[in-house]
Formats: sequence, C-alpha cells, structure tokens
Amino acid sequence: MSILVGTETRLCVSGITGREGTFHTLRNREYGTSVVSGVTPGKGGQSVEGIPVFDTFHSAVAETAANTAMIFVPPVFAADSILEAEDAGIELIIAITEGIPAHDELRAYSVIKKNGRARLIGPNCPGVLSPGKANVGIIPAAFFKQGNVGLVSRSGTLTYQIGNELAQSGFGNSTIVGIGGDPVPGTDFIDVIGLFQDDPETELIVMCGEIGGDAEERAADFIAAHVTKPVLAYIAGFTAPPGKTMGHAGAIVSGSKGTAAAKEAALEAKGVRVGRTPTQVAELAVSLLGAAA
Amino acid sequence: MAADRTRIRIHYSLDRPMDLLEYQGKQLFARHGIPISPGKPARTVEAAVAAADEIGYPCVVKAQVQIGGRGKAGGIKLADDPGEVREYAAAILGMDIGGLTVNEVWIELASDIASEYYASIVFDRSAKAPLVMLSTKGGMDIEAVADEDPDAIARLHVDPLLGFQSFHGRRLAFEAGVDADVVRPVGAMLAQLYEAFIAEEATLVEVNPLIVTPERVVRVLDAKVTLDDNSLFRHPENAELRDSSAEDEQEQMARERGLTYVKLDGDIGILGNGAGLVMSTLDVVALAGGRPANFLDAGGGSKAEAITSAVEVILSDPKVKAVLFNIFGGITRCDEVAKGLIEAFEVVKPTVPFVVRLDGTNDVEGRRLLAEAKLPNVHAESTMDGAAKKVVELAAAP
Repeated sequence: MSILVGTETRLCVSGITGREGTFHTLRNREYGTSVVSGVTPGKGGQSVEGIPVFDTFHSAVAETAANTAMIFVPPVFAADSILEAEDAGIELIIAITEGIPAHDELRAYSVIKKNGRARLIGPNCPGVLSPGKANVGIIPAAFFKQGNVGLVSRSGTLTYQIGNELAQSGFGNSTIVGIGGDPVPGTDFIDVIGLFQDDPETELIVMCGEIGGDAEERAADFIAAHVTKPVLAYIAGFTAPPGKTMGHAGAIVSGSKGTAAAKEAALEAKGVRVGRTPTQVAELAVSLLGAAA
Repeated sequence: MAADRTRIRIHYSLDRPMDLLEYQGKQLFARHGIPISPGKPARTVEAAVAAADEIGYPCVVKAQVQIGGRGKAGGIKLADDPGEVREYAAAILGMDIGGLTVNEVWIELASDIASEYYASIVFDRSAKAPLVMLSTKGGMDIEAVADEDPDAIARLHVDPLLGFQSFHGRRLAFEAGVDADVVRPVGAMLAQLYEAFIAEEATLVEVNPLIVTPERVVRVLDAKVTLDDNSLFRHPENAELRDSSAEDEQEQMARERGLTYVKLDGDIGILGNGAGLVMSTLDVVALAGGRPANFLDAGGGSKAEAITSAVEVILSDPKVKAVLFNIFGGITRCDEVAKGLIEAFEVVKPTVPFVVRLDGTNDVEGRRLLAEAKLPNVHAESTMDGAAKKVVELAAAP
C-alpha cells in the first residue's frame, strides 16, 4: 500500500508540451508511473514521446480514463486548469505550479471543497512519490526507496533533504507528499497524516513544517486525538527573522505565534518529538524504529 | 485563548506581501466608491503647505510609512494654519518610525468624529476564506482589544463562492453593536471594502478607525492594504506603487534579479534552493555557532545566470567572510548550479572562501564540473551538517 499515488494511478499532465512539463512527465513515466495523456489547448492530436495530447481534460478523461492530474502550466492559467480537471471528474489533482495568485487558489480550493469529488495537492508543491510504484511531480526519485516511513512536508527541497537523511539511516518511504507552502494548500498536514494513519505500510510518520501559519499546531491537536502511530517532526526557521508588519488583523486572527519555537512547543506538548536538524530527525527515527535494514 | 494572541506576524521568502502606504490604500478605496476625506500627498515642506492651502484648515499631517504606531511616534499632527503645517511637516519628513524613514506626508482635511469603529478583511489562511471583522472599539490598539475583550470584535467568514451579502453586513453591524442609525451604511461600507478586497486581490484591508461624523456620515480615516505579490501582473497600476525606498540596497538588487533575499546581521553568506531548505540551512549554521549574513533562495530550477547574480548579491554585503552553498536539486540541476558558480568566479573573483554542498538531480556531474574547475578557496562538502561546520570554521578564521 501507499497513499495517493501508486499502481492505480493513470496520470494526465496539463502543460505536457511545455519544456519543464515534458521533462518531468517523461521522468515520471521512466520511473514507472502510468502516464496516459496530456492536455495543451490547441495541441490536441499531437503526442509527446507517444503520450497522446488532448485539447481539454474532458476529452483526455473520456479517451484515456485518467484519474490523476498533474498541473504544470504557468501561474496565470493554473487555477483554471485545476478547475477544468475537477470538472472533468479527475479524482486527484497535483499542482506543481508556483506563484499562483492567492485569490485564484482560494476560488479553486472552494469549488473543489464544495463539490467534494476531488482532492487537490499543492499548489506550489513538489508532488507525490510512492517509491517503487509511482512518481507524480518533481521529487528526485533516485534518492528514495520503498519502506515504512510516511513523509509529509510543506517545503520541496527540504523534503529531499530529510528524505535523504532518512535514506542514509536505512529507511525507505511508503509515500512522500509535498503539500506546498502556498496560502491555500488543497491538502493539509492533517489530511495526509490521517491517510498515513490508515495506511498499513506506514509505521512512522515524519512531518516537515516551517514558520508561518498554524498548520503544524492544528496537526499537533489532530495527532493527539486521532493518530496511534509514532510521529516525528522537523520545523525550519528557528533563526528566520520576523518580518515587519503593518496591519494587525493577521495577528488577531491566528491563535498562534507562527514561530518555529511555538510550533515545536505545540508539537512536543502533544508528544510529537521534534528534531532540530534534518540529521537529528533521522537519529530520532532510528531510536523509535530501531536501526532499519 | 486570548493569551495565545500575539503581535508577530511572520513574513518569509515565499510570502512577499506588498504593503501600501495609507494614502495609496485610500486612493485604492476611492476607486471602489468608498468615501475618504479630501487629501494630498507631499514630499517636501513646501508641497505640504501648498496641499493644505488647497484642502483647507484644520488639516492633519500624517507620516506615510508602512508600519503601525505612527501616532505614538509623533507622526500624526493636527494643524490649524499654514505655520503649523510647515512646522509639523518639517518635523515629520525624514523622521524615523520603527526603522523606516518618512519620505512622504499625507495632508488631509480634519474630520469631526462622533464614533470610531474598526473594520478589516483578512485572507484567513487557516479557515481558507476571507474573514471580515468589525468592532465599535476603533481608534485604539485592536490587538489589545482582542486580548482583553475578544467579544468586542464581531467576526464572520465569507464563503468566497457566495461573496459578501447584505445580511453579512447587517449581522456584523448588529453583533458589533454599532449605533442603530448607521447599521445600514456601515454594512454597505463593509460590502464596498469586500469588493475592493476581491477586485484588487488584497490579502488584508484594515480600517482603524472607520468613523461616524456628527452628521452621521460613515467614512474611512485610515487604510492599511496589503496586496498579493503574485497577482500584481494583473494590476499594473498597483504594481507601480511598490516603494523600493523601504528596501535595503541588496534586497532591491536581488529582487530586480528575481531572487528572494533577506539581509541578516551575521557574516556567513547563505545560498540555497527552496525556502524551506534555506531556512533549515540558517538553523543548522546557527546551531554550529555561526551567524548567517542573509537568506537567499535561488528558487526552483535555478539556472547558471541566477547563480551568478546570487553570488554578486551575497558578496555585495561587505560583512560576508565566508559563503555556504547548500543545494538539493529537484527541479534545480546541480550541473547548472556548478556552471553558475564557475561563471561567477570569472566575473566577481571572490576573495572569501566558499563551501559547496551539491546533492540531487545531476549532482555527480555538478561535482565533477566543480572539481575540474579547481576554483580557488572552494571547499566541497558532502553533508549539510559538515558543510555548516566547515563554513563556520572558515568564517571564524582570522
């Protein structure tokens, strides 16, 4: 088992004919992901290294039974592409695009939530990798092997760093999920941690957060209430400087300071151990699960 | 949970908000039909006096900086005649408020005030919906109100697909307890603020105070507007409002080159790819006993020229004694990073040591290129911890 992506995945890539879109689509296919189609308006009928391209998600779904979408189009088109995929009945939409306007994200998120048919991962995320099964996104898969650690992270490159430290300690991953650091992530820590809790392959959950917002604090409450598997955390940004702030509304909304120290305290109060460096996270994993294979 | 509320809001790399000055916010409001008092901006004492003569007396001379606490700092003064405008403008222009220099004042016709309210709309990331707040305790520190009397602030999330309805306005106005005769106009103003929030793609619209005059007219007396950086391409008139004078020289240079750079006060230059990894690198360097000189995120897919620019930005800070490159390539290719560094050494000819750690996509090729280039005083390290220790050691060397 793995979560979100695996052998059942039938991927359709929006923006498949772009330079980066092509590059990463082919890498995903090379890894073993079943890439069934792509969408680029106006390029329907073409193909990218044998992958058929369609003008719309609707025709791609009808012709190729795609169930997962990867969004690889520029920010100005991305929310529309997410909404198109949702409208066409895609169940899992993974949005890699960085820099989508916040209000576009909010609209796309709200529609998806209201309709309740699809799950959105990202935007501004590195994607989802289930080692040995499927890779959807830009995670450098060569660094990861199949195993029992579920990893969920707000940051892309930091995910690779932590994953690599775990790999060097002998651990593999059930699934690695990048949820992205944007204002309106389609999927939160809580959602992914819940999926890992129900996934028989996952024995340890590692969450990798960073300063800002209160997603880690909410995750801490969720873990205390719903998670029986061990959870480890890493928080980046202990030495990041606080920004200047003008308005006060933001401060009175959030129940949290948003600092790394506040997040660490919230997690540890609920029994989640927090590593201070990526290396320390791997050491904690060893102490919890014993030296892995 | 009042004790948990705080004054700190953290902005970090990916979150680059654009804060407008008060008068820019008011001008933006005016485009959406929101009533503001007559006023004019001025950059010199003479211009301030001329503006006041045109607007009339008494008037208010208000420092224009993107930070709260202007009144307490002496940046807001009521003037009855041209002499007072001259005196106050002279004192306020050039004043330092919270580390920001006042380059502009806003001269506004003074208002008679019967009641002061507070109104705001914030992009609530946690609830994933706009949050509208209204209170009759305006004109004071709203965070103190939130701490001491949280029920004094009426709050309501708006379904973004539904938008702001008249009933939202009524509900907020009744819950906040505004004077009965202004429930309707206050609700109408909230609707206008919401319209501005959506149309201008703001992440914050805050009015403190929102006033009721003795004639029972509702008007905004202050404006704090934060716009979403990612949407500015759709709002060229807003994009022009960016105030580069508030930025550090190196920060400006970095932004012009498409890099995310925040200057810190240490002596170890840091470059990484991805905000999370860069923040983590700062933490690991600090734990190793070093003091980072900056945060620099070269971004995803960093190309050779971006790396060259980044080296120039980092080294333009004279305090930097050593530099750490920490790259874990996903979309970024390590060979591109290596090429950029080699090019940078040809252009910039650094005199400080570099520690370079390359992992991820095309790392073998990247390391090979670097080894072959035999750059002077460049140290390759294979782990993040090892690289941090090495750079701290090099920065401490006499």
